[in-house]
Amino acid sequence: MASAPVVSIPSSFRSLPLRIEGLVKRFGELTAVNGITLELKSGECLGLLGPNGAGKSTLIRSIVGRVIPDAGTVTVFGERADSAGARMALGWVPQDLALYPKLTCRENLESFGQYHGLRRADLKTAVAWCLDWAALTDRAHEPVKNLSGGMKRRLNMAAGLIHRPKVMLMDEPTVGVDPQARNRIFEMIERLHGEGISMIYTTHYMEEAERLCDRIAIIDHGRIIALGTKDELVQNAFASRSEVLARFAKADDGVAAWVKERGGLYENGTAQFTIDHATEIAGLLEAAAKEGHELADISLRKPNLESVFLHLTGRELRD
Amino acid sequence: MILPIVRTGLIALRRDRGALALSFILPIGFFSIFAVIFGGQHDTTPKVSLLVVDEDHSAASQSLVRGLEREGSLSVKKRPAPKQGAEQPDYTAATAEAAVKAGTAPVALVIPHGFGENPISFGAPNQNRPTIQLLKDSSDMVAPQVIAGLLQKVAMTSMPDVMAEQGSKYMDKYAGGFTPEQKKKIDAGLEELRKRTSADSGGQDAAPADSNRGMPIPVTTRDVVGENKNNKMVSFYAAAVGVMFLLFTASGAGGSLLDEAESGTLDRVLSSRVTMGTLLGGKLCYCVMLAFSQLVLMFTWAWLVFKVDFMSHIPGFVVMGLSTAFAVGAFGMLLASICSTRAQLGPLSTLVILLMSSIGGSMFPRYFMSEAMQKAGLLTINAWAIDGFTKVFWRDEPVSHLWPQVLVLLSVGVVLFAIARRLARRWEYS
Repeated sequence: MASAPVVSIPSSFRSLPLRIEGLVKRFGELTAVNGITLELKSGECLGLLGPNGAGKSTLIRSIVGRVIPDAGTVTVFGERADSAGARMALGWVPQDLALYPKLTCRENLESFGQYHGLRRADLKTAVAWCLDWAALTDRAHEPVKNLSGGMKRRLNMAAGLIHRPKVMLMDEPTVGVDPQARNRIFEMIERLHGEGISMIYTTHYMEEAERLCDRIAIIDHGRIIALGTKDELVQNAFASRSEVLARFAKADDGVAAWVKERGGLYENGTAQFTIDHATEIAGLLEAAAKEGHELADISLRKPNLESVFLHLTGRELRD
Repeated sequence: MILPIVRTGLIALRRDRGALALSFILPIGFFSIFAVIFGGQHDTTPKVSLLVVDEDHSAASQSLVRGLEREGSLSVKKRPAPKQGAEQPDYTAATAEAAVKAGTAPVALVIPHGFGENPISFGAPNQNRPTIQLLKDSSDMVAPQVIAGLLQKVAMTSMPDVMAEQGSKYMDKYAGGFTPEQKKKIDAGLEELRKRTSADSGGQDAAPADSNRGMPIPVTTRDVVGENKNNKMVSFYAAAVGVMFLLFTASGAGGSLLDEAESGTLDRVLSSRVTMGTLLGGKLCYCVMLAFSQLVLMFTWAWLVFKVDFMSHIPGFVVMGLSTAFAVGAFGMLLASICSTRAQLGPLSTLVILLMSSIGGSMFPRYFMSEAMQKAGLLTINAWAIDGFTKVFWRDEPVSHLWPQVLVLLSVGVVLFAIARRLARRWEYS
């Protein structure tokens, strides 16, 4: 990493696996990361949720030194992120596959292990552990190009773990895999979590974040707009309010206009309202009937992470 | 339906700069180079270098030397170029031979003592007569032939008096002699010829149109370089072809950097303890190893199949091989760091390597080329590498004599690698 500002690091930060303070990264006119401050606690899995282009990958790439921030600092166990110690402590699973296709699984792991300074017995042990962790021991001598998509994803993750880092950064590791492979990846991550590895996990999938993450940061336009446990996020966004989902028999412009007028969201024939008390449902039903909008189905639900995400980031397409 | 297919193809071609270059720039570039090399442009016609040693210093030998000097296709040198402003003594037979061996000129002509007494020979060769010696380097297959022919022509055009005198001697001997009156007229005619020859030597090129009629003067030819070698030109072509393919190999190997960038492994590698400098250094070592191995294979094959004397030249081969491999390795790294994708690298490397190889002597020897093209060839790795390998395998020069080629190749390698390192900064961070 190029010369970053020299900062004195308070001793209290030395126990923190990762601390990001005031990080800013601009690409021309676009501010991809806009003053993010974040701490990763020991043994924690922190989810990073955000729409496409929100700045998640730029944040991760700044942490691993592939992007030079315009401002701010990143420290890993109190050391600057570009120091040798920090590099050894950090593991990174990039969003795209980053493997040598003509090399076998074992050869890939050996290469990346050597790049991290592992030699002889240490390397051999680390490769064996990674192959076992990724359930690829029986495919160790298979060239990567012959592997299935799920196997490649698992090997891609294993390559980021070859030097047994204490902090893992996983950038959407389940992109493009089938449900079985995805579940297998969840189990691998849960095993790491169980071993006390601290992790940042970026994803688009709410259920992944809900299942794997202790805390979740929602990021949009380069800023963290919400941070906390799932329950905290829901509580902060909706308090005790609930969501009403109403499906209409006829989907037309009149219905859409009426839903909007009542402060709801309308999409594909389904309206979504946020209410403070369940008793408000009766009023909604009465008003719809009065306008001649026939309801086909209506349900009440507690807001979930997706509700929070859409509530905070909006529904418009980002790319 | 055909029109949309054609349109799609044209749009794709227009947006593929590499394909465009291969389709339109490469052919024009090649055509231009071959046209310049073989087109016979007046101001750049290649001259054959000829070293002349006149041991006789007779009127006949001096006439012959003047005649050779007047030949537009020859560059006659009687002495080495001045060193530090000091004139050098004329070539002797020994120094001229050494100069041919060193590659200063492809041919040396030694006019021996006594040549002027009986310069022209009719009939059967006389074993006791001194003959002109042609010392040649047969790695240049053209120059000795050119000079052997021109020598006969010059003898006839520059020494008409000697020719006539010799003819009259034969007449006198075999036709029963001339009367005093006939001898008087012949002497007057010879005197007239001498005056005319003398006037011609004042700068006029008076070669008559029909002067090419064959008339032998005694010449013996000796191969002073590689006279004991098997398959004389094989080592030259092993080097020439080898270097060209080394460049292709190096550009391919350098392209692994682009593969890393495209596959994402570059990011992963650079997030480890490996820096860009280390990565480029490692890639360079890989290129050098690959290129050197290729040269070893090439010359081993030449040794086993074509009987090239490889084993006795191993030190020189190693020095030249490593220097060449370093230069081409750095060249490969530079090409890769200039390009953004493999798709760009392919056409660009093909274009550059074929151009370098054609003017650098990998496709045909540089002595076929005009002087300007021969000088341009020195801008290529090919020319310096081929010159070095020629010194090793053809001229049997010691390793210490390889320093100019080694110095140039290593310097080129260092400069190209430094530029590549600079260009590779774009991959380091965003």
